[in-house]
Amino acid sequence: MAALLQHPGYEEERLQRVAEQLPCREVQAGILLSLMGQPHQYSYPSIFIYGHRASGKSHVMHVLLKELELPHATVSCVECVSVALLFEQVLLSFFGCDAASLLPRSASLSDFVRIYRQQCSQSPAKQTRYIVMEKAELLRDTDANLLPALLRLQELVEDNVTIILLSEIVWDKFRPNTGCFEPLLLHFPDYSKGELHTILSQDRHPSYSDEFYSSYINILLGVFYSVCRDLRELRHLAALNFSKFCEPLEEGKVKETDTHKLWRNIEPHLKKAMQTVYLREVSSVQWEQMQQTEEKENGALRGLSAHTHVELPYYSKFLLIAAYLASYNPARTDKRFFLKHHGKIRKTNFLKKNEKTSNHLLGPKPFPLDRLLAIFYSVVDSRVAPTASIFSQISSLVTLQLLTQVSHDDQLDAPKYKCAVSMDFICAISRTVNFEIVKYLYDFL
Amino acid sequence: MSTSSVSKGCFVFKPSAKKKKTLSLADHFIHGCEGAENSEKRFKLCQDLWDQIKTDTEVLQDELNRNILDSLLDFTRKCSSTRQHSDWASQMRASEIPTAALVLGVNVPDHDMTFQSLSDLLQQSVTPYVASVQAKECGALKHLIKRVLERLMGTVVTVDDEEEEEAEQTSAQHHKSVHCSLSTLCDWYNTKTKKSNTGTPGKKRSSPVRDGPQQPPVVIIFKDLEAFNPRVLQDFILICSRYIERLPLMFIFGIATSPSTIQHLLPHSVSSLLCIELFQSLSCTQHLATVIDKLILTKQFPFKLNGKVMQVLISIFLYHDFSVRKFIKGIQLALLEHFHSQPLSVLCCKKKEALLNVMQLDHLDLERIRHLLSFKRYVEKQEPREQVDLLTDDTHLKEVCQKLIKDLHKYHKNYYPILRCLHTLTSSLPRYPLGKQIRELHLICLEKNVWESEDYQSAMKLLKMLAKDELIALLQRCAEILQPAKSKKIKSALVQLEDMLTKFKQLDTVAAEPPPTVEDSITSPLKHLQKKTDLAQLQKTLLEMNESRRAKKLSPFEVLRNEALEFIDSLVKSHLSPPESQVLNEVCYYTSSATVRRHLNATPRTSIQAALNSPFYYLQNDRLKTEDGTVSNAAPDICIVYKLHLECGRLINLYDWLEAYATVVSAAEGNDPDSDNFGKVDEVKHARFIRAVSELEFLGFIKSTKQKTDHVARLTWGGC
Repeated sequence: MAALLQHPGYEEERLQRVAEQLPCREVQAGILLSLMGQPHQYSYPSIFIYGHRASGKSHVMHVLLKELELPHATVSCVECVSVALLFEQVLLSFFGCDAASLLPRSASLSDFVRIYRQQCSQSPAKQTRYIVMEKAELLRDTDANLLPALLRLQELVEDNVTIILLSEIVWDKFRPNTGCFEPLLLHFPDYSKGELHTILSQDRHPSYSDEFYSSYINILLGVFYSVCRDLRELRHLAALNFSKFCEPLEEGKVKETDTHKLWRNIEPHLKKAMQTVYLREVSSVQWEQMQQTEEKENGALRGLSAHTHVELPYYSKFLLIAAYLASYNPARTDKRFFLKHHGKIRKTNFLKKNEKTSNHLLGPKPFPLDRLLAIFYSVVDSRVAPTASIFSQISSLVTLQLLTQVSHDDQLDAPKYKCAVSMDFICAISRTVNFEIVKYLYDFL
Repeated sequence: MSTSSVSKGCFVFKPSAKKKKTLSLADHFIHGCEGAENSEKRFKLCQDLWDQIKTDTEVLQDELNRNILDSLLDFTRKCSSTRQHSDWASQMRASEIPTAALVLGVNVPDHDMTFQSLSDLLQQSVTPYVASVQAKECGALKHLIKRVLERLMGTVVTVDDEEEEEAEQTSAQHHKSVHCSLSTLCDWYNTKTKKSNTGTPGKKRSSPVRDGPQQPPVVIIFKDLEAFNPRVLQDFILICSRYIERLPLMFIFGIATSPSTIQHLLPHSVSSLLCIELFQSLSCTQHLATVIDKLILTKQFPFKLNGKVMQVLISIFLYHDFSVRKFIKGIQLALLEHFHSQPLSVLCCKKKEALLNVMQLDHLDLERIRHLLSFKRYVEKQEPREQVDLLTDDTHLKEVCQKLIKDLHKYHKNYYPILRCLHTLTSSLPRYPLGKQIRELHLICLEKNVWESEDYQSAMKLLKMLAKDELIALLQRCAEILQPAKSKKIKSALVQLEDMLTKFKQLDTVAAEPPPTVEDSITSPLKHLQKKTDLAQLQKTLLEMNESRRAKKLSPFEVLRNEALEFIDSLVKSHLSPPESQVLNEVCYYTSSATVRRHLNATPRTSIQAALNSPFYYLQNDRLKTEDGTVSNAAPDICIVYKLHLECGRLINLYDWLEAYATVVSAAEGNDPDSDNFGKVDEVKHARFIRAVSELEFLGFIKSTKQKTDHVARLTWGGC
């Protein structure tokens, strides 16, 4: 397999080491190597690598550049809250901190190019310099000129430099309206089941044999492969459940080779893990503790999503109920629900063409503050003075994200809100205050 | 002020701090205080009392939070220690950021104290590197990172508050030059830990950790997770996960609602970088119950709240905010108000001190005492000669006052233990006739004679139906409550109660013999019954049967039970009378619930309307005073316009409004109603009108509308 990686510019031994670290990515690494050419040769100005999460993009780049000892700068675009930070990191890793400190306070692209050229003339590149940008999709949100400029940085700075963009999104979503230099595209396909198996088998437990761990991975993939192909998640699951897998072995009940018995033992646990851990509802530490105590108490641990109960002050509950009603009832029907002598109006009279679908399917609608308060005062059973704390409760409901403010923060006059809680939640809330919310909902009339 | 500059220009003169002479708290207190003679003494009493309450609540808070804080500390210690382990499982988990999700409840203002003590504890015992951030200061990722860096790198250097401010400024400049990023923090951390590892003696950060971890974790506390911008949070976590190998980071999320918000905020790609563990804190209602128990239901503090004030404070808590801190603030307000407005509050202190203070009262104060309602009632009950003495002889009055003060203290000494007893007895009854919480019972007792209420009667009835073991257990607990009390009456009550308990226990041995059979007595009317067919007759006989049975047949247990309950009843009757019945209760009890409500639960709309309706109250101008709620012509323009707008319908014609306004204003100017110019709109009036209307619009009473030209719309919830 290692034979795939051959290149005249680099030592055989190093390529060997690279190949060992990059299982199942030999083809891509080979293509990259041939694109990069020999160290002193000019390489293609920009390369765009895309593929799903955990398909080895960063890892391949990292290993290649590190093992072949090529000059490079790796930048994560999430981290660069300003472009200046990006420039600084690049300069820092190519020319040292003296160059980076030359950048003015809010550096622009031309500053960067100027300093780069200046530095470059002092220490011209003997080898191709590489700039690797992870999560390149964030570059789209920065200045419009940044991405096109980076793509042809080689021309701008007149240096042997190559930009490598890593992203989970295809290039078509990047292309600016004004057009730009087209980078070379390279796709990293998802790992197949066999490849996943090979990779996962690599991080085996030191005190168990290769075959044993490999058979464990086999079982694990058998359960999870149909729902999850994310390498990172699978690795997490493998680490989590391994101790359980080894349990019968340590108790001396089975031998390492007795795969069937081991499978019988682990399968229910994996099924259970599929329900809870995939969502990371329970932390891995807690999961392990749970597995240890499982024999005593059966599944006492609840996931994060199981805790949905929220304790609220009395009027906050009614405000939330009023907000829910305002969000899911058409404003025309308020009369019907909240006026004492509304007469008998049937639902059919209300129906307009577009309202035949349930409001609950359409989601919450925005409503003005006035309407919220009007409904609140008619819903709450006692007389409530419109005090400052009622209003502050509305804004604290907003900060708790139970309501969302639709209008802009600056709009003081008649702000609009939406109710952001689910039907189940509001039903639970109204039960605690003995309010039958279903009677007041237009959809359930 | 002068400058040495030759040129003209604007110069900024910062006021020097020394020149600003601030009035001390005491000056504020004494200023405008009722009965200024002893105000300083009252201020001191008030201050001492408040300090005591404050320290007590802080201790209480710490105790309540101890459990959860301890488990959090354990969590951080465990995390930092597993990082250094090299076993397979923890290696596999090394890329996750350990995270504690701390569910604290919706009373966000209260959380500050918890977080403060948490970060203090962490700094004391686990790691010096703790930074807490709030959502409002981290609008963008940049700010979040900057805050974290500032807090982490700044806390080690600075000590004082003032220094910190300066240090923040300088460090902000410093960070600009290095572009605040986590790699800066990383480098800083490495140099820090290396330094401490080599053990330079110069750097003494008195860390009590003896076998402390080599690499103390860096803890970042997100105080209000819900309020954070999800985007910012996600990016921050992504960045942090890139550094987790070099920097032992740890997060603590403060969650107000429910843990599922984490899933709402963070997508799987981000939450998979975290290793989340859940911690649930005490609910705020429990918290309040403890605070009331330790602060209100104790004789330790001479200052008391009457029923209405308590009701206001509790309802603000339950209906509005769930904030214990605000509840305590409310007590503070009542305390201040009491000492400020009641000159006799000088007697509201510990018994010995109060007795001393009685002797120092001057004539004016004694007159005040004579005017107290409770004292008047007391005087009326005395003999005529004694009445004259009380009303004329100051020295005699002082002696009597001392006795009365002693009585008041005795009353409190007995009141609380008995209240607790009654609560233990009734709190487990079905449907809670006297309330589930002791505060409800306390409120009832403050209002009126509890034994006269229906609920009390029904509770007693229910108690009479209790089985033996239940009753014994309850009485046992009552005895435990009475145990620590020192007053004579309570002690004798305790003796009696224990007597009864032993009798109850002896019943077991005595009652071994079967109770005398009463078969015949029951069967005879039954025989009788078979002949009757009339329904009314049947009912009557059954009732009779019941009566006779109860009258005749009482087992020794039942006798004893009734005895015990009568005993309890007598205790209640003698000790749980409402404080209003006590003489001199005004000294200790704060009664003005309206003041408390007005201060704590402000009603902006009502006050705006009051201002517009009757400007006299705010402007204190006699000319504006009118009867029957009308607005005088001379009132400010906005008041006139407001009054006129009240007479209109939903849509207001602006021109009609203007005309009406001009008429009113002309009358105010004293123009002759018959002249041609009367009510004519001139430019000045026009301008004044427009200004008043836009002011009304600003206050939210009207808004412009497109439904009709030259009209404005009235708003239903004007001014809210």
